[in-house]
Amino acid sequence: MASTVTKTETLFGKRMKRKEDPRLITGTATYVDDIQMPGMHHAVILRSPYAAARIRSIDTKRALELPGVAAVFTGADVKDVGPVPCGASLPGLRVPHHHVLAQDRTYFVGHPVAVVVAADRYIARDAVDRIEVDWEPLDAVADPEKALEAGAPAVHPQWPDNKAFDYHQEHGEVDKVFAEADVVVKQRITSQRLIPCAMETRGVVAEWRSGEKALTIYTSTQIPHLMRSLVAGMLGIPENKLRAVAPEVGGGFGSKLNVYAEEALMGFVAMKIGKPVKWIESRRENMLATTHGRGHVDYYEIAAKKDGTIVGIKLKLIQDVGSYHQLLTPAIPTLSVLMMPGVYRCQNIRADIVGVFTNCVPTDAYRGAGRPEAMHGIERMVDILAAEMKMDPAELRLKNFIQPEEFPYATATGLTYDSGDYDKPLKKALEIAGYAKLREEQRAARSAGRLMGIGLSTYGEICAIGPSPATPAGGWESATVRIEPSGKVTVHTGCSPHGQGEETTFAQIAADELGVDIEDVIVLHGDTAIVQYGIGTFGSRGTAIGGTAMYFAIQELKAKIKRFGAMMLGCDEVRFEDGRCVCGKTGKSVTIQEIAAASYRAMKLPPNTEPGMVATYFWEPPNFTFPFGAHIVVTEVDKETGDIAVKRYVAVDDCGKIINPLIVAGQIHGGVAQGLGQALYEEAVYDDSGQLMTGEFMDYCVPKSTMVPWIEDSNTETPTPVNPLGIKGVGEAGTIGCSPAVVNSVVDALSPLGVRHIDMPMTPEKIWKLVRGGAA
Amino acid sequence: MIAQNFEYETPATLDEALDLMEGGAKALAGGMSLIPLMKLRLAAPEKVVDLRRVPGLNSIRTADGRLHIGAMVTHYELESTPLVRTGCPLLAMAAATIGDVQVRNLGTIGGSIAHADPAADYPAALQALEAVIRIAGKGGERRMSAAEFFVDTFTTALEPGELVVETSVPLEAAGTGVSYQKCTQPASGFALVGVAARVIKEGGRVSLARVGVTGLAGSSYRAGNVETLLVGTAGGEEDVKKAAAVVAEGKEANSDIHASADYRAHLARVYTARALRAALGMAG
Repeated sequence: MASTVTKTETLFGKRMKRKEDPRLITGTATYVDDIQMPGMHHAVILRSPYAAARIRSIDTKRALELPGVAAVFTGADVKDVGPVPCGASLPGLRVPHHHVLAQDRTYFVGHPVAVVVAADRYIARDAVDRIEVDWEPLDAVADPEKALEAGAPAVHPQWPDNKAFDYHQEHGEVDKVFAEADVVVKQRITSQRLIPCAMETRGVVAEWRSGEKALTIYTSTQIPHLMRSLVAGMLGIPENKLRAVAPEVGGGFGSKLNVYAEEALMGFVAMKIGKPVKWIESRRENMLATTHGRGHVDYYEIAAKKDGTIVGIKLKLIQDVGSYHQLLTPAIPTLSVLMMPGVYRCQNIRADIVGVFTNCVPTDAYRGAGRPEAMHGIERMVDILAAEMKMDPAELRLKNFIQPEEFPYATATGLTYDSGDYDKPLKKALEIAGYAKLREEQRAARSAGRLMGIGLSTYGEICAIGPSPATPAGGWESATVRIEPSGKVTVHTGCSPHGQGEETTFAQIAADELGVDIEDVIVLHGDTAIVQYGIGTFGSRGTAIGGTAMYFAIQELKAKIKRFGAMMLGCDEVRFEDGRCVCGKTGKSVTIQEIAAASYRAMKLPPNTEPGMVATYFWEPPNFTFPFGAHIVVTEVDKETGDIAVKRYVAVDDCGKIINPLIVAGQIHGGVAQGLGQALYEEAVYDDSGQLMTGEFMDYCVPKSTMVPWIEDSNTETPTPVNPLGIKGVGEAGTIGCSPAVVNSVVDALSPLGVRHIDMPMTPEKIWKLVRGGAA
Repeated sequence: MIAQNFEYETPATLDEALDLMEGGAKALAGGMSLIPLMKLRLAAPEKVVDLRRVPGLNSIRTADGRLHIGAMVTHYELESTPLVRTGCPLLAMAAATIGDVQVRNLGTIGGSIAHADPAADYPAALQALEAVIRIAGKGGERRMSAAEFFVDTFTTALEPGELVVETSVPLEAAGTGVSYQKCTQPASGFALVGVAARVIKEGGRVSLARVGVTGLAGSSYRAGNVETLLVGTAGGEEDVKKAAAVVAEGKEANSDIHASADYRAHLARVYTARALRAALGMAG
């Protein structure tokens, strides 16, 4: 890393426990639901029990009669509140007006219809049952392919074909390479709808200060600043009169990278009743009404020469949008298209997306957001191609990798991959797994009648999202670094960590750069009244962009420190090392603490230098970063029951330079657990009438810790040239690498039976049917 | 996730509890089923009678060659108490598979069987053990077998106002082989299918076989047809397969998003064979 620090031990690269953990594991952290205020009221929302229905009338009289009820608001009350925003734009995008409460019609089960505000949550909940709605249930459609059929119920009556958008992208000579190819393989591959299931559900506390005409919204969000800008607009109040606070946030996984109806609604309620109001989402509401992820039906074709060289990829992508566009809904499948060639040198691609409205809760970002779908697709297709060509899947991959000397590499989809050495993690993973020996074991297992599978994935992903021109709201990040008069360091980051450990990794970087103890550094975030404008934490961007912004702010401070040092030492040749300025001539030194004190006391100032020791830096990244890696999964299938046992999980991930190996491992472990969830257990199941059948943890299976195998994780480190720290991002890698490796492994196990593909989740019943020779 | 208002009572004696139960109150034991139902407003009792202070309901004792287990004994206690592990290992095995650690620390055997979830674990074991359930009501006490007690989905032979106070099971004779084999629904931890088996062999032949099944149908049941086929055989692999093959016969298998009826019936056969094999192995 670029640094002038010459400390004997740097913290960058050191395995360290997280600074944020003591408060999290001792129950002393403050989440939204922990906030109490004098006079605080509680809101409960009446939601549509129907996937599609007309509201003939709403009678709130009996609800209002219940003692303790302060107010009930329905669609008519909030018709002038601005629509829930869609931040993404595509040519021809159809954007239905998304009111914060349903007007005359509901579009999904869980659609907010009315809000009751009462002295306590129990009264509010009781009052919800006393609201009388005259419903006229309408036909609904929950399956995106069915929604595209002629005569399907129209989700939005004004668009009877249910199309939300079409998107086309093409590069190279696709028709020619497919016509001339020696081999073409095709497969329909789904990435099913998933429920993000953050441990903390959403929640909002809104406080209106009528004297100041100022609103504070505490909300469990990944993007407090963007939320503030957009909700201020929805409510018609000046942006600087709205303070947004993301207190402790118990997980987001993309589901809190959004601006929700309830955030504006609680602001509206607080302003109306003149009292603070709290709304805490129940788990059932979370599953019904917080965005879901994925929801792809992909039709892939891949063309190759007879030596295995991949020459073309075609993709028809059907994206289940749900009933509305949330903040980034239509942008998510475009990320899949951007990454569709994966880590392979293929310049001929064609992709067509059709976004489809369904009577379901909207889909949006969920850990990986477009990249898991893309990697699942290409990594399944490469395995299908390998099987077709009777090639080893590792060999086929090694043959098609973009080579290290080709970087920066311009992809067929318009990206420039920053750096990569794709052989490295694959070869390391093959070695750790003992690949050759595993294949021998597999031969022995097969002759003994056992179904053993070895699957791998070599993924590439796009992180540090991203350069501003490529994002809807700016892709930079900000940092303010304050060295206090005592020399203690306070960092304000514009990103909004919620489990990523950046209070630790940022402190590691700052402590190294400034030569102070890590305990002397604190990292603040998530409060628009404290922190300069920022973008937020998502898309594996926090450290690579926010950390880099902090790094540059520190460089400015270091220059200032040296000016003070030179003045104080009376020396024109000072260097800053290990927390002190040292005179190159005399060897005399002055500490950063002494310099900080002098800078605030300001008895004397260096030329052209302000008092104080604060710097703010907004860093605009010149490119995304592109991490990669290889996962190998060994499975065994129980022929009798269809049960899948994951025998080994090897993960070798390259996220660029590693700041804290413990945190990187934690991100991989959590990511893999979520990938396993998708591969084996999870699916948001709607029935034909649009009722969510998996609306509780009794039915929706998030893997428990006992269901996650031991993960043999390690890394390779290929620095990025995009930022001076060489870091790429790791928040989503585990998930992205996981699902194709697991499915490839199980397909490999069943390949002696002629099985070529299995859609997720690979439930035991599905496998049992395949073993019996039935359709999956 | 917010319950309706209800009255909460904590009686200090069984008589007091029975008085309070009159008029449609709901008994609260470990709360592992009742509380979630109340939070979702799928249950809305006006009065909840918490049994935790009633003396004598949390004992495990032996008498008359049987193990007597109070209604408030937790799954964890059944799983871990040496007296149960040695005296009635089948019950300990079933208890150990319930839910997760938190559920086992709070959930009770009395609460579980009174709830009669068709996919709960105890019923399979209690059917195979020919357990006797002691019930208290205002009119006095009565006893009935597990087969009589479990009537249908979420339905037992309990009359309104009655409470389960104790379950008794035989102390296993030396040489009895037992096993509980369960295919777990991964989200809920309940059984897609669970099979409890008990066997005794004499002179190389199976002299006693008891098989209890949960999860497959609307209620747990004793698979008498499996038992009949096995008794008198040497308990070899073919005998096991032949016996297990009939376990689902005559039963209407449940079908839901977690498993089709066909798959459940198949699992019942597979897990019956597994339970029988394990039990026969233990019987020696």
